[in-house]
Amino acid sequence: MTSITVSDLTNLTVAQIRDGHRAGDFSAVDVAEAFVAAVDAADALNAFIVKTPEHALAAAKQADADRAAGSLKPLSGVPIGMKDLFATKGVQTTAASHMLEGFVPQYESSVSQRLWDAGAGMLGKLNLDQFAMGSSNETSYFGNVISPWKRKGGDNAALAPGGSSGGSSSAIAARLCPAATGTDTGGSIRQPAAFTGISGIKPTYGRCSRWGIVAFASSLDQAGPMARDVRDCAIMLEAMSGFDPKDATSLDLPVPQWEAGLNADMRGKRVGVPREYRVDGIDADIARVWDEGIRWMKDAGAEIVDISLPHTKYALPTYYIIAPAEASSNLARYDGVRYGLRDLPEGSGLQDMYAATRAAGFGPEVKRRIMIGTYVLSAGFYDAYYTQAQKVRTLIARDFEAAWAHCDVILTPTAPSAAFALGDKSADPLAMYLNDVFAVPASLAGLPAMSVPGGLDRDGLPLGLQIIGKAFDEQGVLNAGLAIEQRSGFAARPDKWW
Amino acid sequence: MMTDYRIKGETGEWEVVIGLEVHAQVTSNAKLFSGAATAFGAEPNTQVSLVDAAMPGMLPVPNRECIRQAVRTGMAIEAQINRWSRFDRKNYFYADLPQGYQISQLYHPLVGEGALTIEADDKAGIAADKVIGIERIHVEQDAGKLMHDQHPTMSYVDLNRSGVALMEIVSRPDMRSPAEAGAYLRKLRAILRYVGSCDGNMEEGSMRADVNVSVRKPGDEFGTRTETKNVNSVRFVMQAIEYEARRQVEVLESGGAIVQETRLFNPDSGTTRTMRSKEDAHDYRYFPDPDLLPLELDDAFLEECRASLPELPDAKRARYEGLGISAYNAAVLTAEVESARWFDALLDAGVEAKAAANWVTSELFGALNRMGRDITDSPVSPAQAAELLALIADGTISGSIAKQVFEKMLESGDGAAAIVEREGLKQESDTGAIEAAVDAVLAANADKVAEYRGGKEALFGFFVGQTMKAMAGKGNPKLVNEVLRARLG
Amino acid sequence: MSVDSATVTKIAKLARIAVSDAEVEALVPELNNILGWVEQLGEVDVSGVEPMTAVIPNHLRLRDDVIDADPLTGGGVRDAVLANAPAAQHGFFGVPKVIE
Repeated sequence: MTSITVSDLTNLTVAQIRDGHRAGDFSAVDVAEAFVAAVDAADALNAFIVKTPEHALAAAKQADADRAAGSLKPLSGVPIGMKDLFATKGVQTTAASHMLEGFVPQYESSVSQRLWDAGAGMLGKLNLDQFAMGSSNETSYFGNVISPWKRKGGDNAALAPGGSSGGSSSAIAARLCPAATGTDTGGSIRQPAAFTGISGIKPTYGRCSRWGIVAFASSLDQAGPMARDVRDCAIMLEAMSGFDPKDATSLDLPVPQWEAGLNADMRGKRVGVPREYRVDGIDADIARVWDEGIRWMKDAGAEIVDISLPHTKYALPTYYIIAPAEASSNLARYDGVRYGLRDLPEGSGLQDMYAATRAAGFGPEVKRRIMIGTYVLSAGFYDAYYTQAQKVRTLIARDFEAAWAHCDVILTPTAPSAAFALGDKSADPLAMYLNDVFAVPASLAGLPAMSVPGGLDRDGLPLGLQIIGKAFDEQGVLNAGLAIEQRSGFAARPDKWW
Repeated sequence: MMTDYRIKGETGEWEVVIGLEVHAQVTSNAKLFSGAATAFGAEPNTQVSLVDAAMPGMLPVPNRECIRQAVRTGMAIEAQINRWSRFDRKNYFYADLPQGYQISQLYHPLVGEGALTIEADDKAGIAADKVIGIERIHVEQDAGKLMHDQHPTMSYVDLNRSGVALMEIVSRPDMRSPAEAGAYLRKLRAILRYVGSCDGNMEEGSMRADVNVSVRKPGDEFGTRTETKNVNSVRFVMQAIEYEARRQVEVLESGGAIVQETRLFNPDSGTTRTMRSKEDAHDYRYFPDPDLLPLELDDAFLEECRASLPELPDAKRARYEGLGISAYNAAVLTAEVESARWFDALLDAGVEAKAAANWVTSELFGALNRMGRDITDSPVSPAQAAELLALIADGTISGSIAKQVFEKMLESGDGAAAIVEREGLKQESDTGAIEAAVDAVLAANADKVAEYRGGKEALFGFFVGQTMKAMAGKGNPKLVNEVLRARLG
Repeated sequence: MSVDSATVTKIAKLARIAVSDAEVEALVPELNNILGWVEQLGEVDVSGVEPMTAVIPNHLRLRDDVIDADPLTGGGVRDAVLANAPAAQHGFFGVPKVIE
């Protein structure tokens, strides 16, 4: 590479930036400035809630100095986006809610701290569905995120980037950052990755510390990376993972060298294809891309196994009891006393202040889920809803356990459709929830799962394939993802219109 | 036979039924789920971590010591220790509760069924020893503190206590009088202090009781109960029960019904009233805390807990009685752990138990009382006391001289032997010297000797006194007696 | 089990979310729609099945009883604790006066 333009730099992957910087092909400051400029030129996407060019540039300068001093770190020179669910010290952290507008944490989340320690810089805080509740990024108090993708053939509808990590997916697909953090409670990394033609992995529950991440549903929340390819996901995940004594559910295990372990040779591996995911009325394009994925797996040497996950149809309703129940409690701390919004109507007392503050601070979807969660935990209903759901969750996890007797990874579509237009489903909560039908089972079982691009639908929009792995086997998931990536030849990218 | 505690109403006698939920602050350096300190009396919000303030994304990690202390407490009341327990969230909104929920244990508490025994006490109307059932002990977070008198329109929130570990010790409704409740609290407090799991300091709020009271006609089913919250002394608990039982009887006898409610105790008036802020119908929506995994205890942990348990009050009292100490003295010595520790140290120094117990309960406790001091800052150490007791035991000094020596020990801080030596207080056991003194006394009181011999035997004490006086109190009383008997024979 | 407007009002009160009558009326069918859908779980035979407790086999680790071992979870950080408070006064959080 002799002459590198700004657009060349923003087209680079994390691995290319890291390696090129290391080789002296360009400076980290050049890279940071290129991405900062791209971010500045993309306000139409509304992917960022806060831009932090100074953070990215300071990290870049440090990376250049470290290169000169011979002390490069794994992510030196790589600017990334940070989902605005991660607390960042001194930088407003909102969870895309009015409730936390203006909240400036005095602490850094464990995952973001690991990324900064690895040398990465932050381009800004990425928009998301409010408190990570949503599948289209339409519940943000700071406005919808717009997908950079358009349907081909004249339809100019603004499309959903998926959710809840919609700012992350939109920014990566639009080349505003090479990688970003996401969080996944019931598909919030995988579904937006599928909608925008990028990759994303939710690791095993407990791999990434939840400390400092605004909680949605504690037993399901997992951070993970989103990037343009499998290798970048592996690099990012290595930096983000690791034991944290501050999180009682953190896994006390060494972090594998996932990037070094990448291997697309699937010979000797069995890939399970769950028959329950082939639902009645499955979208033809989704079925086609899934079949292609199966062929690519065979081509990579894998044996395809028909498997059954009998409780699949109950996963989504289970999720929509457990997640709102946990959320209703996790979000009780937003009460206007210690931080965030306070709405104190004239002459009102403490309890009125709570009710007014929470009415003003939470958006409609957040309120809806708090109401559902409050209801299912309330006296007389707890066993019928919550206890029953946790029992069904046990059965769902057992389904996977049984499947591992027959296969090493499971291949499914990531989402039941390509990206829909903003506004298409926002009036019907249930229709929106159904978007996560394929993503939620792995969340309920705590299993690692990733989405990689599989192809385009009839409208030229990306579709994702999901790989679910055994607990702790992120390597198996990444390797299967890599095998697909090498065969799909997915190179489509959105035309720049913003 | 003592009569049972009864409230006399217009329709007859009523029995009071009492259960206590005691909140005992666990002795630990740091809080239950954070590293913030637990010390009493710090500046507001200085012992508050980001976790205790429930900042977004904060997570709890349990403190091993708090779990250990609760388990040891459970073992001390011979309760079932649950190897598998779990933390639940109790959801409600209040300004002293930053998370909007209290982490507690509803469904699977750490400690299950146990019991303690309160002793018969005639004066208090407790006819016989009585076993009070303890349903469970669970571990939970304390709340913060609200101050209402610092600002005209605002209350102030101090979160220093927020997240401090509490044990909630829930009794069965086994008590039937204020005195039994008082005895239960004192016994529980003693056990906690022996174990070292709670300092039992009720003034500082380390121990508070929620008092459940109902009344019924003897033999009837339990009545509806009220819960009077956060009563912080034994006396107040007894007052609250008396007041509440009478109030309930009046309500019932005037045709009313008892409302199951939370009440507040007013220490100034000794009365209770409905608590306004908790009027809302409760629905705590308990569910397992998803931030915490089940708590599983292994053998090594449990063995350490058991091995580190000290001798407990009942066992110690029995041991003391076995050493010949009176039941009364044994009870006095074991009532407070510090006294018992002090006395054990004295026993370890090789003194004779019964005499030592008498000396400690009369001489030492009397002196401490006069000085307004606690046994923990006694000016005399067990070793020094042992030295004094040894001088009595080997006949070096008499009991009455010992009182003088003890006073001088308290004044000077010197050792007993040194004082005896310096002041020349050594007891005279030389038979010749005693005989000489006796002879002189008898010679000087020939008239009295005649009276004595004539049958007025009560005069024997007079001769003893005169002889001791003549010997400046240093005569060996036993020898003086012997010589007198021989001479007067 | 379906909810009516009285139940929705009660739930909103429990959740401390002020709702107008119009909001309640809108929420009733929305919540019933969702609740009706999740109630299909009732048809699953769960006899002998334990509710899930830990999604990944893991032990609850306990912390050592050390004060301020990690500044991120220790005390003595009053400025950080009060930094975002809507009404910090004299080292306290201020709230509307509470009558107990």
